[in-house]
Amino acid sequence: MSILVDKNTKVICQGFTGKQGTFHSEQAIAYGTQMVGGVTPGKGGQSHLGLPVFNTVRQAVNQTGAEASSIYVPAPYAAEAIIEAAVAGIKIICCITEGIPVLDMLKVKAVLKQHGAWLIGPNCPGVITPGGCKIGIMPGSIHQVGSVGIVSRSGTLTYEAVHQTTAVGLGQSTCVGIGGDPIQGMNFIDCLELFEQDEQTKSIILVGEIGGEAEEAAAEFIQSNVSKPVVAYIAGVTAPSGRRMGHAGAIISGGQGTAEGKIRALEKVGVDVVRSPADIGDQLKQCLSA
Amino acid sequence: MKLHEYQAKALFESFGIDLPKHGVVSSVNEARSVMAEIPADGWVVKAQVHAGARGKAGGIRVVNDGAELERAANDLLGSQLVTNQTGPLGLPVNQVLIEPALKIEQELYLSLLLDRKIERVVFILSTEGGMDIEEVAEKQPEKIYRLIIDPVVGLQSWQCRQVGFDLGLPTSLMTGLAKLMHSLYRLYSEKDASLIEINPLAVSDKGELVPLDAKVEIDDNALYRHHDIAEQRDGEQEDEKERAARVHDLNYISLDGDIACMVNGAGLAMATMDLIKLHGGEPANFLDVGGGTTAEKVAEAFKLIVSGDQVNAILINIFGGIVRCDLIAEGIISAIKEVGITIPVVVRLQGTNAEQARMMLDQSGLDLVATEALTNAAQQAVALAKQHNGDA
Repeated sequence: MSILVDKNTKVICQGFTGKQGTFHSEQAIAYGTQMVGGVTPGKGGQSHLGLPVFNTVRQAVNQTGAEASSIYVPAPYAAEAIIEAAVAGIKIICCITEGIPVLDMLKVKAVLKQHGAWLIGPNCPGVITPGGCKIGIMPGSIHQVGSVGIVSRSGTLTYEAVHQTTAVGLGQSTCVGIGGDPIQGMNFIDCLELFEQDEQTKSIILVGEIGGEAEEAAAEFIQSNVSKPVVAYIAGVTAPSGRRMGHAGAIISGGQGTAEGKIRALEKVGVDVVRSPADIGDQLKQCLSA
Repeated sequence: MKLHEYQAKALFESFGIDLPKHGVVSSVNEARSVMAEIPADGWVVKAQVHAGARGKAGGIRVVNDGAELERAANDLLGSQLVTNQTGPLGLPVNQVLIEPALKIEQELYLSLLLDRKIERVVFILSTEGGMDIEEVAEKQPEKIYRLIIDPVVGLQSWQCRQVGFDLGLPTSLMTGLAKLMHSLYRLYSEKDASLIEINPLAVSDKGELVPLDAKVEIDDNALYRHHDIAEQRDGEQEDEKERAARVHDLNYISLDGDIACMVNGAGLAMATMDLIKLHGGEPANFLDVGGGTTAEKVAEAFKLIVSGDQVNAILINIFGGIVRCDLIAEGIISAIKEVGITIPVVVRLQGTNAEQARMMLDQSGLDLVATEALTNAAQQAVALAKQHNGDA
């Protein structure tokens, strides 16, 4: 098994015929993802990449039975795209788009609650179950079917963790990039809970960064709910206070959200926190053989 | 994006919040005429910079007559104001705000911001105005009142009354408080603010609530729909390199160290800074060229980080995912050739086409270190920076 998505997951793309949507849908198809179509309002009835284009998500769901969607819609329209997907019955909504205003996301979250959908992102690389389903912008080639569940707020740091776990021969069950925004869909706890229940997942890597309290909350959750080994890395030990470090959510404000605080919280509950991002794979290997 | 106090106060007024007559000036001559239009017993002259703690730093002057006002305006205008939030160089004062000095009965604190944990916009109020609110929160948490806004129904008047009575304010202030809070929440929602802070919010001797200070920050992600605000940006309050980076759509932040870095992805960029520090060096900057960067962007970024004289080494760390490492190598080579560089450069390329990229760098004839290992890259950069610093 794996979490969230697998080779049977039927996926559509919102923003299908745009540059990003086209490129990453092509990559997803090449990876073996069951892409079943896409949505571009006004282009319904056409065919793109050999797949049907629909005007609305509802039509796409009705005609294809899609359960997951990858969103590459520009930021001004992305919040609405998420809501459209949720209302149409999509269960796994993966929003890659960066730059959605925070207040739009507050409304999105309020609506999502009523529809029981998982939102991954926004401002994230997406989700991948190696060998089965790739939804997002991560390079498929670095992944390998295996046993490590990865959850991360950062895209390229996820790739580091993937690369290293592949290099040490562990591979990945599922990798979820939950994104770098202050208001996001799935959080660490949601993913930890699914990884804990998943048989294929034998260990977990958590990649966090400065800003917010998600890592502290994750630590609390791990203490009483996660039995599998967790190795963590937290980025931003050297980040200055009050500055937004690339991600909208990566900011230390009022002394809150420091890397040190997060590292302390995780170590306190027995999580193995590596100080160098280069040590993630080796540390996990060591942890598992101990 | 940060706004100046005078810009924030103009926004307040456009949302129906009454403020004492005030003016903003950029010369002593203007100051004199503005003062004439504001009849009062005394005036306050306030430096307009993007930083707090102005009072303690001498950026807020109370004056009693025209001569004093001129002196204050003359002192402040054109100066660099250094507060405990600005860094040692301070920020340039190009405008001062002039307003009447009020007789104050009480100073309150009010802010409106996003609570990420509960995913709600919240008001924070306190009776301890005029102080550092983080200190109050730590030492006297019972004096902080929070009001959580449900995004579906918005701010409710009973919530305003509740917090008003909790604060111990007289009944006569309740209507004014509710009106102020409704206006602020409307401003926050309609202008996509990420922070509104009034510290202090004064209760005047006439029993009126008067925002003495006004701090407003707008969500950068929402600026596309607020051109009126975006055009108020004061580039002079920003670091020169940061301003240049913004023009090229690069995420850049200046730091104090001497090892410049260029990385794709915000998380990896922070991790690279941490790694430099872990191996005994100091990063000169944060720079995220973006997950899907191009050779042109890499060249622009390269020019940006080598400008200035504090850099002793450069560390480029790219994990090629969708972006191919050979394209990045091409950008690096052309940038180095164009800029003509004398500082050691360490390049770590990993991921798609990394091997081909390293070969291109090796064969370029340029003096740079190419590696695939992250730790090795950081160690080399630190060692080369020390060596370069010693040579210089």
